[in-house]
Formats: sequence, C-alpha cells, structure tokens
Amino acid sequence: MKMAAKTTVLNLTEEEFVHPGNRACSGCGLSILYRIGVKALGRDCIFVVPPSCLTVMQGLYPIAATQMPVLNGTFASTAAIATGVKAAMRRLGRATQVVAWAGDGGTSDIGIQALSGALERGEDIIYICYDNEAYMNTGVQRSGTTPQGSLTTTTPFSGKSEVGKNLPAIIAAHNPAYLATCSASYPLDFHDKLLKAKQIKGLKYLHVQTPCPPGWGIEEHMTVALGRAAVETGLFDLYEIEDGCLQLTGPSQQLLGKACLRPVREYLEMQVRFKACSDEQAAALQAQVDQRWAGYRDKFK
Amino acid sequence: MPDPRFKILTSASTSGPGDAGRTGSWRVERPVIDMSRCIPAKTGKHACHLCWLLCPDNVVSKDIEPEIDLEYCKGCGICAEECPVQAIEMVPDADFIEGAERE
Repeated sequence: MKMAAKTTVLNLTEEEFVHPGNRACSGCGLSILYRIGVKALGRDCIFVVPPSCLTVMQGLYPIAATQMPVLNGTFASTAAIATGVKAAMRRLGRATQVVAWAGDGGTSDIGIQALSGALERGEDIIYICYDNEAYMNTGVQRSGTTPQGSLTTTTPFSGKSEVGKNLPAIIAAHNPAYLATCSASYPLDFHDKLLKAKQIKGLKYLHVQTPCPPGWGIEEHMTVALGRAAVETGLFDLYEIEDGCLQLTGPSQQLLGKACLRPVREYLEMQVRFKACSDEQAAALQAQVDQRWAGYRDKFK
Repeated sequence: MPDPRFKILTSASTSGPGDAGRTGSWRVERPVIDMSRCIPAKTGKHACHLCWLLCPDNVVSKDIEPEIDLEYCKGCGICAEECPVQAIEMVPDADFIEGAERE
C-alpha cells in the first residue's frame, strides 16, 4: 500500500466538528486527538463510545459536543455494537464509516472479548483505543495497561507492582487488517494513519497514547511535551503493522538514526505518578527500552 | 412506521458549543499573543499555526493574526508551552478585572 501524501498544518482542513465548551479537563490530550481525528474521518461516520472520558466530553442531553452521531454503549460490548451498526449500514447500502472509540480500560480489560471476537470475524470497522493508562474518568484506578511503578488511587503507596499489558501486541496476534500506534503529541501522524485506515477493508486498530494531566500528575501545559518525551525516550514507539509487517513511522523512524535516545529517567521524573518508582525499576525499564531499540536498529538498518 | 415504544428511548442531542457552560471561567491565566513575535503575524503569511493545531478546545483561530476565544479558553497553556518563538505568555486573569486592586 502506498503512503498517502502527508498532511501538514497548512493543508489540514479548517472545518471543526467538535465544539468548545465541553466537559473535558483543561489540557486534555484526548481533546486534541479527538478534534484532529474527526477531521480525518469526515462527516460520514458514526461513533460507538463506551463509558469513558469521551462520553463525558460529549456532554449531557440536550447539547452534544460533536457534530457526528454518537452511540453510547456498555463497557463490554463496544466492538459488538460497532459490528451491529456496520451491519445495519450495509443493509441500508451506505458506506458510512463506523468508529469505535474506547479508553484503555474499555479495550484492554472489560471490552477485550468483544474486540477479540470482532477481530477474528474481520469486521469492517475502525477501533481506536486512547490509552491514558488508568481508569481516568472514574478517578484514576489502575487498569491493565497501567505501567509498572505507577501510582493510582488503587495502588496509592508503592505503585502498581505488575507489568502493564502490551495491548498492541495482543491485537497484532489476531492479524488485523491494519494496526498502528500513535501519540496525542503528534496529531498529524494520527490524522494520516486514520486516512490510511479509512481506505482499508477489515478491522483497523489504532492505539494512541494520551497524556492525562490530572491522572499522571503533570501540569496542564505539559501534555504535549510529555507525550513527545515518551516517544523520544523510546518508551512508546510509533509503528504500523500491515500484512504482518511492522514498520516504524514518523518520529520513531527518525529516532533510528540517533546514536542514543533521551534517558527514560527524564520521562519518569516529569510525572508525579512515578514518584514511588525505585531506581532498580527505572534501570530495568531503561534496559528493556535499550534492548528493544537495539532490536529495531538491527532490523531496519 | 417505527414502533412508538422505541421512539421514547431515542435521545437526540443537538450539537452545539458550551454544554459545560462558558468554560472560560475555569481559567486562572489567559494566553496573550505578542504579534511582533508570532510567525504568521510577523511574516504576513500562513505558517506555523501550532497553537491552532494543538489547542484541545479549538479556541485559537487559524488566521494570520491568531485570535483566542476567551469565552471558552480553559487556560491550559499548551499554546504558550508549544509556541516555537515564545510569542504567547500566560498572564493572570485577575489582571484584567476592571477596578480590581492588586498589591
């Protein structure tokens, strides 16, 4: 598949589909993503959203923050509902895009069986997981993707002791039509990957790391800087998998040329949630990142 | 003809700004743009526009001289943090209240 022309700030459409004055927190990473993501999807789409920050952002009856139709479902059935909506659209003979947009809890913990089923059936939907690494909407409880050592309200003193799930790898094991990881700090990269996903038939899965100021313990203005730090330290890689072939993309691809990345410690120290993270844990994390990137360098150079 | 029982269950919100009210009241500091530094304002051409791209609440306009909708700006300061030429400064909102005395 050919890479589509790159979107830049200048040729990105000025038309807005999300209204200001919504209930998202100040400095929300999801707000940036959602605003730019919907521009890529266009008007002809239906959203399926389980309970998450995105539901809160959409707001309460009678005003909605988005101009697109949004169907709020239950936690466990996001992908199943999207399957049903897509089937209805097929029956009506419409090419409407169905987009399931769920948080990390709704994807990695509660909604994973429905998603796994939809992946296996190869449903023609786009599934977007915005990963803020805990149940932020209900008050920062630990989730499956919460990284080791992270403080949450359910792991308040020494941080989470277990290692977080590598969700994209779980999805990749299902052989989806398209899989990509993105970051809220690179909204244009997300925009282009969505444009690409729109052209592909089958289940398209996008995993987006989304910094959350209240949950991660950062100042509101640091959202974008922190997401960038996660990519530049090599902790979160941006890649896409098409036909089983992994390819680093955008900012992560540029990192391949660098001899050494920013130390992981820098990223950890920016956040209050890693205050209890011990030196050994940080060193182990750094070793993990180094090993992974050594593998990438061998593979792509 | 759809079954009237199911019609009751349908919720059809109208799309519009401000279901959380005027979110500008959440703000403690407001962004102020220095037009003599701002890249598009200085060069008179469409360029940069990072504040428009990265604003979570879509309150910055994509104009040669960017305008900020203070009615809804939550004052997160991402624009000031990300501006490549530091043309945006966060100024305490209290400075703009008329008649307020400050020490």
